[in-house]
Amino acid sequence: MFNGQIKTDIPTPIGESKTRLDAHEKVTGAAVFADDMQFGNGLLHARILRSPYPHARIVSIDISQAKQLPGVKAVVTGEDFPGFLGLYLLDRHIFCRDRVRYVGDPVAGVAAIDESIAEKALELIKVEYEVLEPVTDPEFGTGPEAPLIHPDLDQYKVANFILPQPGTNISNYFKIRKGDVDSAWEKCAAIIQRKYRIPHIQHVPIEPHVAIAQVEESGKVTLWGTSQSPFAQRNLIAQALGVTQSDMRVIAPYIGGGFGSKAGVSMESLAAAIATKVKGRPVKLLLTREEEFYTAFVRQGLVAHFKMGCDEDGNLLAMENKFYWDGGAYTEYGVNITRASGYSSSGPYEVPNVKTDSYCVYTNHPVGGPMRGFGMPEMHAGLEQCIDELAHQIGMDPVEFRAINCLKDDSILVTGSKMHPTGLSQCLEKTAKAIGWGTKANPSAPNKRRGKGIALMWKAPAMPPNAGSSAWVELAEDGQVTVGLGGQDLGQGAFTVGAQMAAAALGVPYEWVHVATPIDTRYSPYEWQTVASRLTWSMGNAIVSAARDARRQILEMMAEAWEEDEDNLDILNGMVVSYKSEKEMPLKDIVIYGVPKPDDQGWIGGPVIGRGKFMPDYVTGLDPETGQGERAVVHYTTGAQAVELEVDLDTGQIDIIKGAAAFDVGRAINPDMVIAQIEGGFVQGMSSALFEQLKYEDGYLQNPSFVDYRIATSSDIPEGIQSFIVEVPQDDGPWGARGIGEHSMVPTIPAIANAIYDAIGVRFEGPPFTSEKVYLGMLEAGIVK
Amino acid sequence: MKLHRIELTVNGELDRVDVPAQMTLLDMLREKLMLTGTKNGCAAGECGACTVLMNGEPVNSCLVLAVECDGSEIVTVEGLAHDGQLDPIQRAIVEAGGVQCGFCTPGILITSRALLDRNPEPTDSEIQEALVGNLCRCTGYQRIIDGVLEAAELEKELAHV
Repeated sequence: MFNGQIKTDIPTPIGESKTRLDAHEKVTGAAVFADDMQFGNGLLHARILRSPYPHARIVSIDISQAKQLPGVKAVVTGEDFPGFLGLYLLDRHIFCRDRVRYVGDPVAGVAAIDESIAEKALELIKVEYEVLEPVTDPEFGTGPEAPLIHPDLDQYKVANFILPQPGTNISNYFKIRKGDVDSAWEKCAAIIQRKYRIPHIQHVPIEPHVAIAQVEESGKVTLWGTSQSPFAQRNLIAQALGVTQSDMRVIAPYIGGGFGSKAGVSMESLAAAIATKVKGRPVKLLLTREEEFYTAFVRQGLVAHFKMGCDEDGNLLAMENKFYWDGGAYTEYGVNITRASGYSSSGPYEVPNVKTDSYCVYTNHPVGGPMRGFGMPEMHAGLEQCIDELAHQIGMDPVEFRAINCLKDDSILVTGSKMHPTGLSQCLEKTAKAIGWGTKANPSAPNKRRGKGIALMWKAPAMPPNAGSSAWVELAEDGQVTVGLGGQDLGQGAFTVGAQMAAAALGVPYEWVHVATPIDTRYSPYEWQTVASRLTWSMGNAIVSAARDARRQILEMMAEAWEEDEDNLDILNGMVVSYKSEKEMPLKDIVIYGVPKPDDQGWIGGPVIGRGKFMPDYVTGLDPETGQGERAVVHYTTGAQAVELEVDLDTGQIDIIKGAAAFDVGRAINPDMVIAQIEGGFVQGMSSALFEQLKYEDGYLQNPSFVDYRIATSSDIPEGIQSFIVEVPQDDGPWGARGIGEHSMVPTIPAIANAIYDAIGVRFEGPPFTSEKVYLGMLEAGIVK
Repeated sequence: MKLHRIELTVNGELDRVDVPAQMTLLDMLREKLMLTGTKNGCAAGECGACTVLMNGEPVNSCLVLAVECDGSEIVTVEGLAHDGQLDPIQRAIVEAGGVQCGFCTPGILITSRALLDRNPEPTDSEIQEALVGNLCRCTGYQRIIDGVLEAAELEKELAHV
C-alpha cells in the first residue's frame, strides 16, 4: 500500500485548494478548443447524409450527381468502409452498409471546399429505402414478436465479459443469483414491487462535437477532436480503417464539457474515413446543435422492475430486479452499463438474497453512450424510492432504515465479495443533519407544500479489469517540472490535481509544475480513457509513480556526488538537501547536465525523466450464471444527497430550496474542486429530475433544440447546496483518493422524488417532474381539483 | 460572392473587414479576425456562448450579421484584460471557482461585464436573471454568481483607491 506520506512537516499541495492550472487561459479566450484550431485554406468541410427513418433497409444509393458538383472533393458511403467499430461489441460500420437503425444514422459523407457546397451535395445523393418496423421499447424488444435489428449478432466480435444473445435484440445479458430470493419472500414483513421508466436524456456539453482529420499519402492518419478518449480512438478507428495503431495519431485539445458524450468513438470516425479519400487535405466535421441532439450519444432509457422486502426490524432480506436498458441502434458502452447496473443492483445496501436480470436491448433509438453516472442515476432513481416506500410500510424512518441496511466496512456485496472501508454511514448522517431531517418547515405560501427527501448511492469505475494509466515527469533547466499524461481535463480539474500530485511526490512547489498539453497520442503517455471517474485514482497513481522515479534518479545522483547515503537525502521545495551533511543543491543545477564526480574527473547523472504506470491487477471475472466472484471492481465511491423543496399546488412547479450532499472521496487532493464537482453534479442531476427528456415518437425525436430540450439555467438553482467531503482512504489510491466526478448526480432524482412524495404524497413513474406532470399527478390523486 | 466592406472597432482597435452578406458577427470574429475566444455552442441564440458586447450591450453574436456591425464597437473576451491586467470579473470568476471546462466562460464573462457596467451592485437574483441566457453545464452556476458578486466588491474597492 502506498501511503503517500513524504514527511509530515513538509508543506505539500495535497489537500490544498489550488487554483486551476488552466484558469487564466480560459478567462482570457486563449484556451484552444478543437474548433479554434486553424488549418489554412486547404481545409475541406464535411457534411453527413443521415437516415430519415428509425429502421429501414438501404435498397440503393446513387452518389453520381453529388460527385459532379464543382467544389466537391469526395463522396463516400458504407461501401467504402467495410470495417467494424465498437468498444466492447463490434456491431457497427462507420457508414451504414445495408440498413439504417436510427434517425440520424450516417449513410453518406461529403467533403467540399465549403460547407454550403457540401450541403448542396447531400441534396444530390439519392437513397432508396425500404422502411422496416422499428423497435422503440426495450422490454418489448426482448420478446419474440420484436423485429430483429441485428440479425448478424452472432458474427460480431465481443469482449469476453459481454454476453449477447444471438437471435434476439439482447446485446448483453447479465445475471445475479445470490442466496435464494424465492424462499426469502415469505420471511418478509413488507414487500414493495414497482416499475420505473427513466427517459433518454443527453449530455449537451456546451461545445458541440468537432473532428478534423488528415491522411497523408502514406496512409498515416491524424485526427484532432473533442475527445475524452484519444487512445481508445487511436485503437478503434485504426482497426475500423484498417491501419495500424502506430499510423493513427489523435490530438485532443481542451474540450468544452464531455460528461461521457465525447468518450469512445462517435462522429470522429466519419471525419477520419472521409479524409482517407482526399489525402493530404484536412477535413473538418462540426456538428450543428440540432445534429448533436439527433446523433450524439444519449443516456439510455431504462425500464426497471424492482421487488424488495425486509423483515419487521427493517433488515433488507431480498431484492429481485429486472432492468431493460434501451441500448439504441448500436452499443458503444451500453453493454457495460448493463453489466455495471447488474453488479451494483443491490444499491449501496447489504442484501442476502438478490436476483437480477439486466438486459441491454437494441432499439431504433440513437446510440446509448456513457453519461455521468454510467447507469447509476437511472438505476438509483427507482431503487431509492422503493427503499423509502419499504421503510414507510414497516413504519420506520427512511434515514434509520438506510442507516441499518447501508454498506459498512466488510459488508458482503451483491457479487459476493467484501466491501472495503467506506464512509457511507457518515455521508447519510451529515446530509440528514444538514437538511434538518425530522423537522418540517412551514411552506412559504398557503398554496405550497413543502417536503424533504434523501437518497444514497454507490458507484464503481466501470471499465475493463485491466484499464491502464501511464505518465512521465521531466525537468527543465530552470528546475521546473513537466508532467506527461494521457487523461483529459474536461473541466473536472484532472490537470490541476495531476500537477498537485507530481509536486508533492517530487518535492517541488505546485507553481513549478506544468502539464504537457494538448494530449497527443504520439507524445503523451497511454491512458485508457477519461471516463469512470478514474483519473484521480488511476492516472494519479501513474503520476506519483513517475514523480517518484524522477526523484529516485535525482537522489541517486546526489548520493553519489556527495558520497552520502541516499536515505539521508530529500527534495524540498525544489532543492536537494542532505539531513546529514546539510548540503543543498537546487534542482535547476543538476537535472539536465548532471553533476561532477566527487573527484571532479567526469560526470554523474544527466537529463532526468521519470516514468510510471498503474494498472489494477486484482479484478477477477464473475460467474456468468450467478454474477458472483472474488472482486468485481476496483472500488466503490459512496455518498448521499438530501433536498428540501416546495410544490406549487396551483401550477405543479417544483422549487428546490436547499440541497445537501456528502461523498466519500477517500482523500480530497483539491477540496475546493471536489466541492465544485459535488455542486455541479447536484445541479445537473436536478436538471435531469425536473426538466430533461429526449421525446421520441415512434423513433423520431420531437425536441432537438435548447428551447424544447430545457436544461437548468442560473435561475433554477437552489438557494444553497451544503457539501461535505468524507475521507475514508482507498488502500491503493494516491494519498487514499478515489473518484468523485460522476457520483455527484447519482442520487439526485430519487432524493427529489422522495421529497415530492413527502410534500404531496404522489409518486411518478419517472422523471422529469415537470410542472405539467406534477399538476396532473396531483389532480389524479385528488390533492387539487 | 459579393463582399461588403465594413469598418468597426473591435477590442479598442479599428478594423476593416470584407464580409459576405450572410456572415454572422460570430463567424466574422472567429474566421476573419481570428478572435476564437468567442465560442459557437448552438448558432441559434439559445446558449449564450457567443455573447459579445455590441456598443456596450450583450448580444448573441450568432444572431447578428457582420454587416450590421458597420460603425459599431465590439468587445470580446480577448478585450477584457488590459495591459496584462485581468478585468475584475475575470479575476473574481477564477477565484470563485466559476470556471470548469471553460467553454461557456467567455460568454458568461461578457454578460457579467455588461451587467456590472449598468448595475455596479447587483443582487443575487439580478445576477441570476442576467445570466439566464448563458447556459453552463459544469458548475451549477452558484460559483459564477459568487464571482460576479466578488467582482462588484472588487470594483467598489478599486473605485475608492
